[in-house]
Order: sequence, then C-alpha cells, then structure tokens
Amino acid sequence: MTRFLPPVTIALAALVLWQLVSFIAGSHSVSGVVETMAYLFRMMQQESFWLDVAESGTAIFYAICLSMLFGWALGVVIGLNRNVSDVSEPILVTFYSLPKVTLYPLVLLLFGLGLSAKVAFGVMHGLVPICLITGNAIRQLRPVYIRTAKVMRLSRSSVTFHVVLPAILPELISSLRIGLSLSILGVLIGEMFASKRGLGFAAVNAMGLGDGTRIMAIGVFLSVCAISINFLLLEIESAIRHRTARI
Amino acid sequence: MKRPGLVSAAIVIGCILALEVACRYGFIRRSVIPAPSEIVSMLYMLLKSGTYNEAIRLTLSNIAISGLIATVLGFILGVIIHANDFLRRGVEPFLVSYYAVPTFIFYPVLVVIFGVGSAAIISIAVLMSVVAMITSTLNGLDRLPPAFPRTARVFQMSPVSTALLITLPATAPYLFTGMRLVISYSFIGVIASEFILAGEGLGYSISYTYNNFENSKMFALMLFIIVVVSVINSVLNNIDRRLKQRLQRGD
Repeated sequence: MTRFLPPVTIALAALVLWQLVSFIAGSHSVSGVVETMAYLFRMMQQESFWLDVAESGTAIFYAICLSMLFGWALGVVIGLNRNVSDVSEPILVTFYSLPKVTLYPLVLLLFGLGLSAKVAFGVMHGLVPICLITGNAIRQLRPVYIRTAKVMRLSRSSVTFHVVLPAILPELISSLRIGLSLSILGVLIGEMFASKRGLGFAAVNAMGLGDGTRIMAIGVFLSVCAISINFLLLEIESAIRHRTARI
Repeated sequence: MKRPGLVSAAIVIGCILALEVACRYGFIRRSVIPAPSEIVSMLYMLLKSGTYNEAIRLTLSNIAISGLIATVLGFILGVIIHANDFLRRGVEPFLVSYYAVPTFIFYPVLVVIFGVGSAAIISIAVLMSVVAMITSTLNGLDRLPPAFPRTARVFQMSPVSTALLITLPATAPYLFTGMRLVISYSFIGVIASEFILAGEGLGYSISYTYNNFENSKMFALMLFIIVVVSVINSVLNNIDRRLKQRLQRGD
C-alpha cells in the first residue's frame, strides 16, 4: 500500500493545481476538474466519441504491431552484428531526433489521406526506438550466453528464439512501452493535421470551435489511457525481471 | 571520420543518388517528390531571396528560448526531486509515462494562459522537453559517488559552492545528455506546434505550402529542417560520446 501512496498524493496535487489554474484563469477559459469530468462522462455516453476512439485505436494498433515486428527484427540484426550496428546507428539516431511532423506531407503524398497514412506515421515514430532499445539490450547481454550457444552449435534462428529473445524479454517489454507512447503521439499528430475522424481530429475540431471543456476532456481521456497502459507494461516488465532474477 | 562513419555516409549518399535517378527517369512521379537536386536548388533560391528568413529566425529563437528554460527548470526540479524521497517516489512513475501523454492537446489551454503567439508555443516545447532534463539530472545525481558530498562537508563548503564546485562538474556528462535531449525535444515541440496550431514560423510555412500545393517549396523547407537538425544533433552526439568516454576512463 505504501508503494502507491506517493504517486496518488502527486496525482491529487496535480488535480489541485489544475483546479487552481482554472480558478485563476476563470472557468470559462480553463474548465475545472469537476466540470471536465462531468463533460467526459457525458461524452463517453455518445456513440460518436467511441467511433473516434475506435478510429484512433485501430490506427495505433496497426502502427504498434508493425513497429514491434520490424523493430524487434531489425533490433536483433543490429544487436547481433557489430558492423551493421556501427553503420546504421548514427542514421537511426538522427532520424529519431528529427521533428518527423515536417515529413507528414510526404507521408500523405505517398499513402494518401486515410488510415494507411496515419499508420505509416505511427510506425515512423515507434519503429526506431524499439529497434535501438532491442539492439542495445542484445549488445549488453552477457557474452557467455552467445558463447554457450556457439559451443552448442545452435543455428542462427535458435540462437535468436531460444537464447537472445528470452534473455532480453524485460527490455522488449520496455521497448514496446516507449514505442507505443510514440506511436500514439504519431497517430494523434497525423489526425490533428489531416483527418476527418479520430481523437486527434476531435481535439483540433474542438479547438476550432473554442470548446475548452471538450479539449480538456479529450486530453484527460488520452492521458489516463496512455498512463494506465504505461503502468501496466511497467508492472509486466518488473514482474518478468523478478522472475528471471529468481531463476 | 572512422570507417563505419564513412559507410553510413556512403549509404545516405547512395540513397539520395538512387532517389535522384528514380525521379529523373520517372519511376517516382514528380507530384510525389521532386528530384533531390531540384529540392537543393529550390532551397538555395529560397534562402537567397530571404522569403523565409523571418520564419527561420522566429523558429530558431523559439527553440533556443525553450531549450534554455527547459534546461534550467529541469535541472532545478531534478535537484529538488532528488532531495526529497517522498516526492521522488511519487513523481517517478509519472516521469516514465510522461511521453505517452500527447502534450499538444493542451495547447488551447496554454493559449488561454499565455496568449496567442510565441509564449504558448515555447511553453509546449518546454513541457515536452523539461522531463528529459529532470530524468537526466536525477540519473546524474544518483551516480554521484558518496565521497564527493562528504568531502564537501569536511571542507565545510556552503550548499551553493558545493553545488557549483562539486555537484555540477561531477554530473556534467549526464547534464549534457539531458541538454542534448532537451534541444531535440524543443525542435520537435516548436516545429510540431507551429505545423499544426500556429500562424507563423517554419513549421507553419511547411503546412502552408502543403495546403497550397507548392510542393517544391515544401520539400525545400523540409530539407532545411532535416539538415539543421541532423547537423546540430550529430555535433551534440559527438560531444556527448566524448564526455561519456572520459567518464568511463575516470579522468
């Protein structure tokens, strides 16, 4: 129980701060806690809201699946091969820190308006960190694992699936966590810029209408979703770490 | 430059050449992407004519201001959080999930607080980048050998001079990593906000040219941002790596 006391206190403090800001700025410009929650509750009973959620959710789901698949595969190649990693890492790191939003028009030209452009943009955000974290995890693996596998004359695929991947399972989960956060960001930015559906579009639309309460409600919904998924993945990660530490 | 660096450069150049050939021979339609050489000459013309100088100046100064604020603020917050155990255990779970929250959504709220213009954009960039600095500061302070503060106590140094003469130099490599991240997040924050939400700056110029089908200008501006960000990042990355190596050698 004591584990949860400090975060809960901080969360409550944040709510108090929010209420204070709303109080100072005036509730017509920054809506208060209760007002926003009530609005969110009403919004969650509307079908159109869940259509937006489904739209964004689908794009995020596809984006994270593709990022995971390709990110882990590339990460394994990079991690197991010193030359490949030396050559590709500077390129990947530079790409990772680019403001990718500037490339969104190019993505739109390549994929057209719609789901595929959003998914591609989500993958552009999520793929690289997953790949870098996986590669790093493999490089920091104790050399004895790979050497033992060599002694046993395991094939490349069984080294990957029976030695490397199980050994870096916690890092895989953590790469998934970070990749997911960034994919969500990518998809939402895509929707905010050019889309007619999804939560990002709903937020931009609300901005256009000057509907502050609606924006806050969408923001709170997204934040709560993102933080809970993150907490869940963190728990899974530490559970795996504990289990492997016991063995 | 060492061999792997040369190979990566060769790969990038090879990709650009391939794109050039594909565009020249019509494998890629001009409506999708013009040839790289055309993009470069367009960028040269735009820079020479000075059409976008104001936008460039505005964007870069916003990034610099937000980078400065986020670095100082992040460092101070990091020191405070490190000093208080309860605060730290409370804040840490949120710090690791922070980047899952799409900060842009709160732009209208910031507009209400700071007004339309640079201040709201800078505050978004600060919100996006400050957490990287806090995390790096915590990381650096955690790795400070306990002998350092003890030595300071033996010499009866004041808290301020301990901070300036011992803590700051000892944690400098970690703080530099934080600064590097702050700068790259500031770029992302400022340009993305301009792109989606603002009416001026480089990001806005790109989205404006996109909406008006001025593809060649759009790609020239994209190239400008990519080149600036890549150069700044590789310089900072290099310094960062040197500092880390020195730390490992234990000089």
